Amino acid sequence: MTEFDVIIIGAGPAGLSAATELKRLGVARVLVLERERDAGGIPRHCLHSPYGMREWHRVMFGPAYARRLVDEAREAGAEIRCQTTVTALRPGGEVEVSSPDGVHILTGRAVLLATGARETPRAARLVGGTKPGGVMNTATLQGFATFSGGLPFKRPVIVGTELVSFSALVTCLTHGARPSAMIESGARPTARAVMALAPRLMGVPLRFGTTITAIHGRTRVEAVTLDTPEGAQDIQCDGVVFTGGFRPENALLRNSPLAVDAGSLGPRIDQYGRLSDPAYFAAGNVLHAIETAGWCWNEGRRVARTIDAALRGALPPLGSTLITAKADTDAIKFALPQVLSASDPSVAPAFDRMQLRLSRAYRGDIVMGSTTHRVESRPERRILLPLPRVTEPGP
Amino acid sequence: MTQTYDVAIIGAGVVGCAIARRLTLDGARVVVLEKGADILDGASKANSAILHTGFDAPEGSVELACIQEGHREYETLRAGMNLPLDRCGALVLAWTKEQEARLPALIAHARANGVDDVVPLGRAEVLALEPNLNSTLRAGFRVPGESLVDPWSAPHGYLLHALLNGADLERSCEVQGGTFDGDRWTLATSKGPVAARHVVNAAGLYGDRIDQMLLGEAHFTIRPRKGQFVVYDKRAARLARHILLPVPTDKTKGIVVCRTIWGNLLVGPTAEDQDDRETAALDAPTLKMLDAKGAEILPALADEEVTTIYAGLRPASEFKDYQLRTHEGRNMITVGGIRSTGLSAALGLAAHVGRTLAGEYQALPDPTIPRMAMLAEDQTRDWQLPGNDGVLCHCEKVTFREARAALTGPLAPQSFAGFKRRTRATMGRCQGFYCGQAVQDLLDSEGPGHD
Ligand SMILES: Cc1cc2nc3c(=O)[nH]c(=O)nc-3n(C[C@H](O)[C@H](O)[C@H](O)COP(=O)(O)OP(=O)(O)OC[C@H]3O[C@@H](n4cnc5c(N)ncnc54)[C@H](O)[C@@H]3O)c2cc1C
Ligand SMILES: Cc1cc2nc3c(=O)[nH]c(=O)nc-3n(C[C@H](O)[C@H](O)[C@H](O)COP(=O)(O)OP(=O)(O)OC[C@H]3O[C@@H](n4cnc5c(N)ncnc54)[C@H](O)[C@@H]3O)c2cc1C
Repeated sequence: MTEFDVIIIGAGPAGLSAATELKRLGVARVLVLERERDAGGIPRHCLHSPYGMREWHRVMFGPAYARRLVDEAREAGAEIRCQTTVTALRPGGEVEVSSPDGVHILTGRAVLLATGARETPRAARLVGGTKPGGVMNTATLQGFATFSGGLPFKRPVIVGTELVSFSALVTCLTHGARPSAMIESGARPTARAVMALAPRLMGVPLRFGTTITAIHGRTRVEAVTLDTPEGAQDIQCDGVVFTGGFRPENALLRNSPLAVDAGSLGPRIDQYGRLSDPAYFAAGNVLHAIETAGWCWNEGRRVARTIDAALRGALPPLGSTLITAKADTDAIKFALPQVLSASDPSVAPAFDRMQLRLSRAYRGDIVMGSTTHRVESRPERRILLPLPRVTEPGP
Repeated sequence: MTQTYDVAIIGAGVVGCAIARRLTLDGARVVVLEKGADILDGASKANSAILHTGFDAPEGSVELACIQEGHREYETLRAGMNLPLDRCGALVLAWTKEQEARLPALIAHARANGVDDVVPLGRAEVLALEPNLNSTLRAGFRVPGESLVDPWSAPHGYLLHALLNGADLERSCEVQGGTFDGDRWTLATSKGPVAARHVVNAAGLYGDRIDQMLLGEAHFTIRPRKGQFVVYDKRAARLARHILLPVPTDKTKGIVVCRTIWGNLLVGPTAEDQDDRETAALDAPTLKMLDAKGAEILPALADEEVTTIYAGLRPASEFKDYQLRTHEGRNMITVGGIRSTGLSAALGLAAHVGRTLAGEYQALPDPTIPRMAMLAEDQTRDWQLPGNDGVLCHCEKVTFREARAALTGPLAPQSFAGFKRRTRATMGRCQGFYCGQAVQDLLDSEGPGHD
């Protein structure tokens, strides 16, 4: 059993920026565990931009951005172990890992969960039809573009209009595929309206009020059935890209004793990014599916500072005050942090504002403790509100 | 055509695989002819993976005899071949008064079938065994012998057992006709003629067509019966220990909730008659119905994530029982209409075929026994062992060593689907989000490529 000051699970933007910051703060033994063959997280797979604006004020492509994050962490003195999968989280910062040498236990005085988020696959969307090859999420599409040098289709249908959906569109167009359609169940695109112009400019029909009900083809996709405002319609295509519908990569968490937020499906945290077991912290998309890489990078840095405070014994004890955000409808998907611990002027909270997300469009009041905020937002957009001052009695 | 085999088996479903094993061990020179790019591409590609006891099989049926013989043989051979078995038992559950009234008859039927360890249970006893069940249930009984297996490693193991001991396998080899000269068959296949003294028709969903083609008539007609399933993430498996069965109807065993050997939880199958023998299409309304049905039985399932959806086709016929027939004077045996229990009965069916041809060959003195990759969740897996080369598929924790091992040997996969069945790569909760491209890369560089 080996002991580290901090074990970071996941070498994406959040985990790597935390590692770099912890080293800069003088923390001695910082270990990053990454299950893939190389560090870098999702951006390593994404042969598109923009990445790097918040971090280095320049527009970068994913792989270069990921390389820079990895280099900075290594240069700062963090150890990164790839091909090392964390398979269980135990109380007090003890983690079980699997590596090419089998299973062993590592212990961290603090452990940072930075396992990211993934998209909802076809199966979980209960889309009917057959199960041919050529059906995938955006990240897999990006993997093909980045590592295989080619896409496994020419005329896919893209399902969804989140930001990531447009990255799928651009990657298709720059890699020899021309999507036969982009479809959205709502009346408007989920991502900002300007993006909605993109497919039209590129000659790809964008269809609203449309869902995919079935996929056809035996070994390869041959067609899909769409449910459109004009009724059911079959269109020819040779692939389907299911984009977005992000959810935290939370299997580890859900199988651990740590508290999970029913809305975000990520861990429940306090304003210091601390979980229900104070040895554990979290940052990045495991908290909030989904934010940009830059946002996650920044969160990693900030949580690194509270971890450093925790290691020095300077963090106020874990509180038990639950913050609830209430709207007139059930439009709130999640609000974090979920717990308020006592504040201390010497330690800045990693989460100094509430982050909220709606599952549907909402215009009305959101009440948190004794404060009320007027909110108008579309679903899946970042909403930031001040942390409530209230100290409601804990449960 | 260079040689005359003793036996040509048409079809590498679970039944054909088991027969190939039996006859090879009995000493016959066997060839298996499969039209699919890989084996297990017909009815055997999708089932509930339950090793049945026969407690509810028709009394005195061939099906019952084969299930029971097959179940027994599985128990004896599985340790040697490293095949998993989860003896979790089943609970037959009554939710309505009418169903409850049928329980005594079902228990009596089980006992008449020789399954004498069934235990009647009151509502409280059932709930004590399965506290996550919807508490509106009324009563039930327990069938301790009903078990879970790996629906793919078993047939792969059977066929590999045959191949390691001299049998041949031809894939992408469709039997298109044949003639019998009174002594031997010459089968016309998409890969050229194949000669054999005996032919075994184990063509599953095409069993009647093969009889028609080779004998000029078929005494049964296949009526494909589709079953759709919804599979939940591994966390859901904690919600049920037993196989949860409803009171069956005449047509179907009904919708089951049970764990899988890989540690997931499944809900299904439906029973939908169709003419199409090729395509088991999923449809959203039915999947939603299954999802709702699952949550009705286990309310906590409503919060669980769906990992995958699938459908299979049962080779049902107009008859309730299996259609086993030896065509005297034609050196042909038909093993047809193995509709909903073939995984359990395969070894029993094989023993039956073996007895039919008994005395013709000399049993192999010291056959090589294959050891299969162990993928069961409750057993030690490769990711826990040194030298595993790292994990390829993270959700199912499939290692590079396992993946590469699956790509070698006489039964190496010929399709992406075949690779998935041997390793489970990409079959977990992310469905390839993380590893889909890496898996394809491995197959492109070291395997058969995409199907
Ligand atoms: C297709 C796609 C396109 C995108 N495009 C952009 C873009 O153009 N610009 C932008 O700013 N953002 C983009 N994003 C979002 C951005 O990539 C993410 O916000 C960012 O990567 C999140 O960082 P993270 O560190 O939280 O998680 P991730 O980058 O997901 O990293 C998590 C890491 O944890 C590892 N891990 C998980 N579980 C374990 C375990 N048990 N043991 C060990 N390791 C584990 C994973 O392998 C992974 O490497 C995109 C996302 C996707 C999916
Ligand atoms: C939804 C569902 C649930 C089930 N659950 C269970 C269960 O829990 N337990 C259980 O014991 N059983 C179960 N079963 C039943 C079991 O799966 C079947 O009984 C079994 O798979 C039948 O196998 P088979 O070998 O007879 O047919 P198949 O698997 O169809 O094999 C026949 C093979 O012959 C090949 N073939 C056909 N024509 C030709 C030709 N002309 N030339 C060459 N090859 C040819 C086909 O490609 C195919 O591979 C279930 C079935 C379904 C569909």
